[in-house]
Amino acid sequence: MSDIVLEIKNLSRRFGVFTAVDSLTLSVNIGEVFGLLGSNGAGKTTTIKMLTTLLPPSSGEARVAGFSITTQAVDVRRAIGYVPQAVSVDGSLTGYENLLIFAKLYDLPYREQQARIREALEFMGLTADGSRLVSEYSGGMVRRLEIAQSTLHRPQLLFLDEPTVGLDPIARDAVWKHLVDLRNNYGTTLFFTTHYLEEAESHCDRIAIMHLGKVAALGTCKELEDSLGSTDHTLNDVFVHYAGNALDSGGTFRDVSAERATAQRHG
Amino acid sequence: MDSLNLMITTFVHTLSGFIEKTFVITEFELRKLRHDFTELITRALQPALWLLIFGEVFSRSGAMHTGNIPYLDFIAPGILAQSVLFVAIFYGINVIWERDLGIVQKFLASPTPRAALVLGKGFSAGIRSLSQTIIVYGLSLLLGVNLNWSPLALVNVLIIVILGATLFSTFSLIIACIVKTRERFMGVGQVLTMPLFFASNAIYPTAIMPNWLKTISHLNPLTYVVDALRTFMLAGSTSSFGLYHDYAVILLTTITLIFIGARLYPRLAS
Repeated sequence: MSDIVLEIKNLSRRFGVFTAVDSLTLSVNIGEVFGLLGSNGAGKTTTIKMLTTLLPPSSGEARVAGFSITTQAVDVRRAIGYVPQAVSVDGSLTGYENLLIFAKLYDLPYREQQARIREALEFMGLTADGSRLVSEYSGGMVRRLEIAQSTLHRPQLLFLDEPTVGLDPIARDAVWKHLVDLRNNYGTTLFFTTHYLEEAESHCDRIAIMHLGKVAALGTCKELEDSLGSTDHTLNDVFVHYAGNALDSGGTFRDVSAERATAQRHG
Repeated sequence: MDSLNLMITTFVHTLSGFIEKTFVITEFELRKLRHDFTELITRALQPALWLLIFGEVFSRSGAMHTGNIPYLDFIAPGILAQSVLFVAIFYGINVIWERDLGIVQKFLASPTPRAALVLGKGFSAGIRSLSQTIIVYGLSLLLGVNLNWSPLALVNVLIIVILGATLFSTFSLIIACIVKTRERFMGVGQVLTMPLFFASNAIYPTAIMPNWLKTISHLNPLTYVVDALRTFMLAGSTSSFGLYHDYAVILLTTITLIFIGARLYPRLAS
């Protein structure tokens, strides 16, 4: 029981007659890298928004680091870090200033603030760029700064919504290298959404494939590939098998335009 | 007794945390200005136009009966209030911009109290408005307005400007939380600004208004901002409603709006 950092039970969210997340149940262990896969509109972002207390669930419950997302929202917020899909650092401030604000908002002791910020910049490979305006950063640097900002307070659990969308392969690798280091050095549990299957395959301990608001499949990459029966299946086959033809969903206009805007800003 | 002590300690702790977080948000907003203060310069234009053109023309025409105060003196505090209103009312655009990015979501996922997020932004609008205060004072000096230079009066002008900007920027934030898109916000912002401005005592006394407009102007918080500014800015001016009344209306409206804003702000992330 104590190994579990995230426990979701029958979590649902409805928007009018549309059910975005339908009775989701799963749990994530401490230190795990957990990937939530699915096509646009599968309910991944809605799930993350509920788990980060940004959106109240319609029914069901989840406990994050032992706290209820519905009745102990402030405790949940202290225990987590969140990197939204869209750019969440301020371009009109320097990298250092973006970190300083969050050091203050998360009540880091005054004497530790500078050391933590220095450490975070160094850890994300941004030491030389701390005093530059973020508007001059490349897409990969922005993402790394966002991760630094979300982990200054050493959260137990870091939520990342499409962390590598719009990045070129080199920048994506750099982001993943830092994320893996984060897990290895601080034991931070990573819960992220993506639709890059190769990323899930190479970095996730376990994967859940979401389809139409439900978990269609859950397990390690190997388990999922084996679940199709005969050998030589790739994660791509698994995805097509469980999530069906991605063309029949595809998300709303707002989802798609937000994603493209993010890709454009990073790229 | 112990539980009472605990309650008091918790309350003091919560309150000091709230105040601290409010100032962190204000600091965050003001640091942006340090990197780019062209905004402050462009803001100087509007009050200059109103005072130098509108003020001068109407002053010469003698069409406005403002009692024993010259028209230019009468309108100077009104223009200060107006420029505070005009800048503050479009503050919500920033909030929508921050929502289209992921900034609002990230702040809301932090343990910061919602009311501190809203009030901190409001204060920063207030502090930004201080530049307009300096500009309006400078123009007033040039135009020979009979200003009150007593330190107490100046401090009160600063407080009223900060409160007024907080009030209208929070009102703007509430609209942003409701309409959520820039296009709709621009529409609503335009529709609200002019009525707020014209249904107030900013550029003419309420005494010359028809009764229905007079009633509306008495429900308009801008009227009380203008009245308080006029009383403190001009030498020998007296308040129409009483300064306590002005302060009470401004403070209560601001607190109510902060409360509503804090309730609605999370809607931006959902």
